[in-house]
Amino acid sequence: MVLQNKYNELVTAATNSAVANLQVREQEGILYIDGEAPTGAVKDMLWSVYDKIDPNFLSGDLVMNINVIATAPVTKAKVTTERSNLNIRKGPGTDQPIVGKAAHHEIVTVVSQTSEQWWLIRTVDNEEGYAYAQYLTPELES
Amino acid sequence: MKKISISIAMMAFFTLAIAFTSCKSKVSDADVKTAVETALKADPMAVNTMVSVEKGVATISGECKDDACKTHCADLVKGIKGVKEVVNNCTVTPPVVNSTDDALTMGLTDALKDNPGVTGSVDMGKIVLKGEIAKAKWAALKQMLDKLTPKGYNLDGLTIK
Repeated sequence: MVLQNKYNELVTAATNSAVANLQVREQEGILYIDGEAPTGAVKDMLWSVYDKIDPNFLSGDLVMNINVIATAPVTKAKVTTERSNLNIRKGPGTDQPIVGKAAHHEIVTVVSQTSEQWWLIRTVDNEEGYAYAQYLTPELES
Repeated sequence: MKKISISIAMMAFFTLAIAFTSCKSKVSDADVKTAVETALKADPMAVNTMVSVEKGVATISGECKDDACKTHCADLVKGIKGVKEVVNNCTVTPPVVNSTDDALTMGLTDALKDNPGVTGSVDMGKIVLKGEIAKAKWAALKQMLDKLTPKGYNLDGLTIK
């Protein structure tokens, strides 16, 4: 219960901002917060509250997995690398051979969100393979 | 004078006697609460539960790992002297399932590929990071690593620029 007190403000913020399926569990000295945020802004807000309570997230006693709730299936995503191209690989892992590249800010088709880390994508040039999900930002269908 | 003081003494005696008997015949809510709390604390399945008692009705709340645990907690409380009824408000929260060290190592390798200033390892489910990283990159990295469900972190060797 010690950690629940430490991160009380964060849990309250999650509750008040309509995070769905919110689970707060303290287990073996680690606090786990899971849930689905209604928007990306809510997710960002929660991470900034976390940063305020535990500057730079350096205590290592909280594992927070907040996803943004998918209102519609993600079919398109923008490549949001810092500036470089995004590697497309044969399988989900950096040990897998590179089979293509997606350009910075290119819009790709999301074939499947295989895991939280790796998505199967297809480029306009019909190159298909796995890309690291951190560098893909879902595009809203217009 | 003497008679009056005797009768006062006798009145006091009877009042006390009545007070004591009424205590004996009925266990107070506070005593029941203490007994239930002691029993819950002693049971590993029920450590995350709390209880309140009113007129012999024990209301338990808190977290259980599954339905069997929830039933078990109620049965445990039912058996305690003075408990007339149990209201079971416990919620079922499944325990966190951490990734294996192998899965963590794979996920960590992928996540660190674009962070050359940081080296990482996995120790008994914990992610250990060393090196230097810019704040924005660290925030993004931490979000990805948390998805791997590690048993926390050891970040003593990590410097945020």
